[in-house]
Amino acid sequence: MTTREKILAAVLQNQSPKNPLPDISQFKGYKENAVKTYMETFDSIGGKAFLVEDMNATKTLIRENFDITQRMVTTLPELEDIANLISPTVDPHTFQDVEVAIIQAHLAVAENGAVWLTEQVMGHRILPYICQHLAVVVEANSIVPTLHEAYAQIGEGQYGFGGFIGGPSKTADIEQALVLGAHGPITMTVFVIQPLPISDNLTT
Amino acid sequence: MKPNGTKDHAALAEDFIKDEERVNWHDGSLWWIRQKRDKAAKNIPEWEELREAASQIKSNVISNLHEYLLQFEANLQKNGITVHWADSAQEHNEIVYSILKAKGFTEMVKSKSMLTEECQLNEYLAERGIDVINSDLGEYIQQIDNEPPSHIVLPCIHKRKEEIGELFHEHLGTEKGLSDPTLLTRVARKHLRNIFMTRRAALTGVNFAVAETGEYVVCTNEGNADMGAHLSEVQIASMGIEKIIPQKKHLGVFLRLLARSATGQPITIYSSHFKKPRKGQEMHMILVDAGRSRQLGRADFRDSLKCIKCGACMNTCPVYRKSGGLSYHNTISGPIGAILAPNLDMKRHADLPFASTLCGSCSNVCPVKINIHDQLYKWRQEIVKEGYAANTKALGMKAMSWTLSSPGSYTAAGKAGRWVLKNIPIAINNKLNPWYKGRDMPDGPKESFSEWYEKNKDDKS
Ligand code: SF4
Repeated sequence: MTTREKILAAVLQNQSPKNPLPDISQFKGYKENAVKTYMETFDSIGGKAFLVEDMNATKTLIRENFDITQRMVTTLPELEDIANLISPTVDPHTFQDVEVAIIQAHLAVAENGAVWLTEQVMGHRILPYICQHLAVVVEANSIVPTLHEAYAQIGEGQYGFGGFIGGPSKTADIEQALVLGAHGPITMTVFVIQPLPISDNLTT
Repeated sequence: MKPNGTKDHAALAEDFIKDEERVNWHDGSLWWIRQKRDKAAKNIPEWEELREAASQIKSNVISNLHEYLLQFEANLQKNGITVHWADSAQEHNEIVYSILKAKGFTEMVKSKSMLTEECQLNEYLAERGIDVINSDLGEYIQQIDNEPPSHIVLPCIHKRKEEIGELFHEHLGTEKGLSDPTLLTRVARKHLRNIFMTRRAALTGVNFAVAETGEYVVCTNEGNADMGAHLSEVQIASMGIEKIIPQKKHLGVFLRLLARSATGQPITIYSSHFKKPRKGQEMHMILVDAGRSRQLGRADFRDSLKCIKCGACMNTCPVYRKSGGLSYHNTISGPIGAILAPNLDMKRHADLPFASTLCGSCSNVCPVKINIHDQLYKWRQEIVKEGYAANTKALGMKAMSWTLSSPGSYTAAGKAGRWVLKNIPIAINNKLNPWYKGRDMPDGPKESFSEWYEKNKDDKS
């Protein structure tokens, strides 16, 4: 008998009488105020969230908030004038000196502040983890209330790797003192893009 | 590893409680985390329903594990991940070694995994010339101090920053006397980044394994699992077979509970879903039994396999908080460790189920509703029956069960006890009474509740 067969046989023999799966469809949050809740939650976990009207406003804030003389990379062609577009074939180790990485998230979760990214938007799996500062762009209407709606949207997901990221890397291993930037980014910024309704544009 | 020798929990705890100031500090740190958990739980109106759902999902897993393991294995293979099975710690370690040897690698970086601690993987590989570095900061600190983690989520919660500063001075060449947590973390960041950049093999644990899709989820706050995995040529994941969940949507339930229960955060900073290797990368999954299928067969204890390793039961346990994780002489300490350990070796861990007040606080905070304190009580009976209990405790248990099962003797014993406490307290407050250690016995009440009730029941005021 192989180890595999041995383990499987023991499991089959020892498992308990059948228990059904519970219905979890009742779990959901409220879509109202999702943007506001998201921004507040994200700030409370050590991140910085900005509500912006469009990509141009995002660019201005990036220039104001980061040291653009350092290496800036992005996977967004719209940001090519302030950061280098990365090539997916490059060796991951070459990202070690990236100061700021700017990428777009598929969605964000209001209840916990996390954004969902797959390797398709990361350009490279290591990018959002190895950079010193992470900047993420997310559309306001892609913010969902809780993880339940997030998984409903993700579905099976066509990715080899995907991750929720909820703030800058952190540790509290030394006497419970919170330190941002354990191994990964020291800061994380999210730009929530919410175009102003036309009527509001006229009145301002 | 520093040997714990043959001392039992009580003796090891005695060493820990000698430093009263440290005990109070340790107690306070953990209670603070417990309070953060309470606050986070209260922010979720459906918290109790989530716990119930999580518990039921795990009950389903425990009753269909065979089927889910087969489904998971098939999906892993479809995704291009090589699957291995290990019946024991030894077999697990041999598999890791054979993967590294085939590549000619002599170094590996590891992110937090209690399973590999349980298997003593680092020691096994070191003997074969392979250097392993633990990249979680707390685990790294424990590793350079040659000590196992004392808590499953907060490995060095028992250490003062000055002690960590001293270790860094010795091992990383920091200035003597440096103890600022931010500065120390920055030094470790630089050192470990260098490790991540140069190691070609990375091993991670697994928090959740989705049978339906063949992906697995690893949760960290530091991002160390990702730094290791995404820079490696060979990525290995080690998981206990109980880590399976049926469907991807169930992650919504567990990820909402895990970090809130562990540290009071709304979600771990990084919840990474690994499904397929990167181009040019090799991925391996090792499915480990090491006693789990046996625990599955013990009807009274099989629910312990629902554990998602959040650590909440430790943070709330009055015994854990005052005796320190290392006093449990087992990889998983605290209340859940005391249930899991006797399954592995009942004789060696016979003392652990007794390291509890049975107050039930652990069961109350457990996100998957394991009846932890009931199981501890059941282990005590099992251990006494098998003849493994320490003599003093066995006698006490026997006397207690006789007293509790006979109302007459209970009343008499209560009366006698109160008389003794009042008139000759030295008979109780002496070193021969194990309950006197570390505490003062209370003053006895003047009368028992039933005496009071007898006197007052007709008093219809
Ligand atoms: S037994 Fe429950 S509370 Fe304790 S670590 Fe496991 S899941 Fe958390």
